[in-house]
Amino acid sequence: MRLYGTFNGTLVIAGLAIVFTLIAPSIFQFFTIITLTQVIGLSILALSLALVWGFGGILCFGQSAFFGIGAYAYSVAAVNIGGSTGSILIAILAAAVFAAILGYFVFYGKVSDVYLAVITLTVSLILYSLMRRTSGPEYKIGNALLGGFNGTGSAPLNMPGDGSAMLFPMQTFYVSMAILVIAYVFTGWLVTTKFGRVCVSIRENEVRTELLGYDTRLYKLCLFSISAGIAGLGGVLFCVGVTRVTPDVFSLGQSALAIIWVIVGGRMTLIGPILATFVLYFLTSSLGSQQILNANLVLGIILVVFVLLVPNGVVPTIMNWFERRRTKRYERQKERRMKLRKHRAIG
Amino acid sequence: MARREVVVETRNLSMHFGGVRAVDNVDFELREKELRCLIGPNGAGKSTFFKCLTGQLRPTSGDVVIRDIIMTGRESHEIASLGVGIKTQVPNLFDGLTAVENLWLSSRRWHGDRRANTLVKETIDRLELGEIRSSIVGSLAHGQRQMVELGMVVAAEPWLVLLDEPAAGMTEEETFKTAELVREINKTSALIVVEHDMNFIRAISDIVTLFHQGSIFMEDKMDVISADPNAREIYLGHKT
Repeated sequence: MRLYGTFNGTLVIAGLAIVFTLIAPSIFQFFTIITLTQVIGLSILALSLALVWGFGGILCFGQSAFFGIGAYAYSVAAVNIGGSTGSILIAILAAAVFAAILGYFVFYGKVSDVYLAVITLTVSLILYSLMRRTSGPEYKIGNALLGGFNGTGSAPLNMPGDGSAMLFPMQTFYVSMAILVIAYVFTGWLVTTKFGRVCVSIRENEVRTELLGYDTRLYKLCLFSISAGIAGLGGVLFCVGVTRVTPDVFSLGQSALAIIWVIVGGRMTLIGPILATFVLYFLTSSLGSQQILNANLVLGIILVVFVLLVPNGVVPTIMNWFERRRTKRYERQKERRMKLRKHRAIG
Repeated sequence: MARREVVVETRNLSMHFGGVRAVDNVDFELREKELRCLIGPNGAGKSTFFKCLTGQLRPTSGDVVIRDIIMTGRESHEIASLGVGIKTQVPNLFDGLTAVENLWLSSRRWHGDRRANTLVKETIDRLELGEIRSSIVGSLAHGQRQMVELGMVVAAEPWLVLLDEPAAGMTEEETFKTAELVREINKTSALIVVEHDMNFIRAISDIVTLFHQGSIFMEDKMDVISADPNAREIYLGHKT
């Protein structure tokens, strides 16, 4: 059975993720588990970018805008309605609706790819400066102070329907992993549907897709919006993990990081960017604890090395290598069989 | 001959690029199940005319009418949505995808999942694409790519087919196969074919429209056109 690039492969990986979730508490320290919740949020951001960029061909340089909107919307909603379940849904919707409005102008205005990257990045940076200027008691939504540079507190997750039954960090980790697995399986399923396949065809050749009678603008808008919703969900988990959301979620660094994760992991896959997020996050945070090498410098070197030497990213490169080895082995066997047959014929 | 319904009509269609009149006041009619070839020397306006029909260009003035609906200046996907199969001049495929996926994407636009899969299978048999069905089309030879693109048109079962130079760059054998295929498509759909290859046109066509300097110069059977001294002059240039 072929697994790579099929929905069965997605399910296998999801199964592995569940195994990881179950054994993680016994191999990691408690502190690491708490950190993992943040990283899971970031990896969902990477997943959403892999969907919109890798499969839809839309280079959204400001994916962190939707990530940040999700985080802020969750934090504000949680204060006002006093529960996390509804707030999560509000966060996803806020990010998706914002993307739908932005996307309407961008896609129906036929803005080209490069400008789209610039526009999304700019939007992210506008939100960054905007949120930094909201320090003061007059800047509040409902009961939630936006807090300017310092940001605003994010309530922990709680049991659905009971705002006072907060989850413990370990439970939060389980919920986050469950959300990551669901988001991953959902995107993995989405790309196998008609919708997903048409989005891939738009990535390959937009004009041709249009000539086949598909309204490419609508498809791109939907994909953009769905991926923004997923990014918003990632933002929720991130701010829950950090217990706070600051304007930094909109910063240039955050936007660039998401792109680096996707490039390193492999943009044509969904699991690659997720894994790359985990690896690079722990790499940079362990580099941060020493003084010899600057973490950003190392990250930059990694990016340059990957763009030059492994442009497809880690996961596709490894999978292709396996594939090639398999076909080679198959060919060798075939050759041997032919030789044997020849021998017999002579003998 | 019974007069069949007009399915494609252009009224005073013009397309100007600055001072250049690429298409100049063209009145054109195509009837149901008709096969029409558009010929003309380079720069005669065939391709521009074709692009106006497919919505890739917005005409300066005049109208494109498809099945009594004015489609002037509509988006390509809206024109294709009427059930029009389009093949552009340069092979225009999904290079990173397999041949099967290319056909499926075209077929699935019109048909349900099951019907689309059957149609894709039938098309692969019909066009003898079995050997390359799982190949990435970006790695195929030019002629094979042209065939895949024709397959995309066939797999969608359109009632109107617009082909821009389907035989360009093909081997003789492939050209022959394409001509056969075009005639077969013509059994169920109307076609407009822009082409340079005279042998190909002779093999398929009934009535030919000759473009010259943006307008229709004459419209007749191929034998009549090739016998006409003026038409010959247009094609071969002035005698020196």
